[in-house]
Amino acid sequence: MLRFIAMRLFKAAIILIAIVTLNFFLIHAAPGDPAAVMAGEAGAADEIFLQQLREQFGLDKPLLTQLGLYLSGILQLDLGFSYRQQMPVADLIWDRLPATLLLTFTAFVISLVLGTLAGVLASARVGKWSDTIISTVALLFYATPLYWIALMAVLLFSVQLNWLPGFGYETVGGNFTGFARLLDIAQHLVLPALTLGLFFMAVYMRMTRASMLEVSTMDFVKTAKAKGLKPGIIQRRHIFRNAMLPVVTLAGLQAGQLVGGAVLTETVFAWPGIGRLMFDALAQRDYNVLLGVFFVSAAMVLVFNLITDILYRVVDPRIRAS
Amino acid sequence: MKDFWQRFKRNRGAVIGLIILALVILIAVFAPILFPQSPWKMVQRPFLPPFERDALLLGTDALGRNVMAGLAYGAQVSLIIGLISTVASLAIGIPLGAIAGYFGGFVDDALMRFTEFFQTVPNFALAIVLVAIFEPSVESIIGAIAIVSWPPVARLVRGEVLSLRSREYVEAAILSGQRNSTIILKQILPNTLSPIIVLASLMVATAILLESSLSFLGLGDPNLMSWGYMIGAARTVIRQAWWLSLFPGVAIILTVLSLNLIGEGLNDALNPRLSRKGK
Repeated sequence: MLRFIAMRLFKAAIILIAIVTLNFFLIHAAPGDPAAVMAGEAGAADEIFLQQLREQFGLDKPLLTQLGLYLSGILQLDLGFSYRQQMPVADLIWDRLPATLLLTFTAFVISLVLGTLAGVLASARVGKWSDTIISTVALLFYATPLYWIALMAVLLFSVQLNWLPGFGYETVGGNFTGFARLLDIAQHLVLPALTLGLFFMAVYMRMTRASMLEVSTMDFVKTAKAKGLKPGIIQRRHIFRNAMLPVVTLAGLQAGQLVGGAVLTETVFAWPGIGRLMFDALAQRDYNVLLGVFFVSAAMVLVFNLITDILYRVVDPRIRAS
Repeated sequence: MKDFWQRFKRNRGAVIGLIILALVILIAVFAPILFPQSPWKMVQRPFLPPFERDALLLGTDALGRNVMAGLAYGAQVSLIIGLISTVASLAIGIPLGAIAGYFGGFVDDALMRFTEFFQTVPNFALAIVLVAIFEPSVESIIGAIAIVSWPPVARLVRGEVLSLRSREYVEAAILSGQRNSTIILKQILPNTLSPIIVLASLMVATAILLESSLSFLGLGDPNLMSWGYMIGAARTVIRQAWWLSLFPGVAIILTVLSLNLIGEGLNDALNPRLSRKGK
């Protein structure tokens, strides 16, 4: 297991370096002076600052030397400076990261648990009305833009019914401490986490349902039935465990979508995470922040992938052995 | 062909999807005739609620523009960007997948690592960065969507080619001295067409969602009225004017849903042996 994790970490490091290289070439591919791109909005930076950037990143030296300087900067966790916000990008992201982690992780757990549950329910009642309803709702969520569900959730639960807050991370000026503060944050978390999770719930539900149905036709299930095992036990111990494998694989593949979805969810709910940071940077064309958030979100995806890989090995003993 | 239609028709959802999509295409095509005035033009007082005037059935937005005209012109943008970006991703994914699957070995390894990289990178974040850096325009949006959407195509084609590669008829073609390019183009690829068609129909749907999400964040082509832009502009006034976000969202859902339903129908019709549910 340790060897496996070490291998995966090595692979992740290579991917991260590739992303940094991609970022580097994007800065150079952008129309205009790379120094101006790094400084943020073109024309807004003064000449002295631009000159300073040119020296720091060796923009008058050969491209390969520049790439080396850029890479070594990232290795020292220097993601550049946001000229607009007068703060290092790494600090900006570090401040916002916990909120995004809380949101995406909650949405991930909600979608995986509710999605597989709905999928199992639907597969157990194939062709009956409850299956039709679950499948139709999943099909609808699958076609609905995330940001639109978020807006409608704000409209219904926050504006109309006034059940839940639809804005921010905690009550402004609430000055709650301890448990009261946790409760306040949890209330603010409900709508963003649910809307972010809904789409993925639909994805996992469809996959679980299809996978349960496929596994239930396999020979070992017939054997289990022939042995006289109770249907509930066959469902749980034989079919479900095997049907979960493709779902876990899918969950790993969907991690990137989840992190991307956070940009939209955080934008609508003014959730103070890195997604909202990205949205604000967009309006100001603050490229260093954009590239920094892109880099960190890719790193988050790699962590999610590592978790699903480990999960996969827990679910399937055959992989552990090999 | 007749068989194909028979099987497609049996999937009720697919037929409904086809009807919805036909309607959306009709509206997009006839938008300039139905709404001769530019969708950007102010026609009435701002925030006119829906269903109050027959000429402006869906009301007006914060700048007094006709919401219904915006929806009609937005259909053009969604369909065109969805279609072209899908064709572009096929143009990247099919050759890469075919080469990887056909030649195998080192080539396969290298190309698949490359594909994996693009699958790991957060899709939407990369699309945002690309469009922001190259300035929002139809071309940059299509390019960005194509760049983040081709990996599934490459993987699918690679798998298909890999399994066809060892068939006897391909071995016969190799022995008869045909060139590799001829074998790939004439012998192998035509046999991978049905799964590609199914995937492509679903990709158009995903591309439309992606385009609308980019426009929602303000990364749409500034010269084109799109559904995502309409919702993005309505975000800050949602308390006063619910209809401005509601209707474009319904338009997106209907279009994307219809394409997904058609994709499932195509799957049933083109791969009858693999038909889901085992009907």
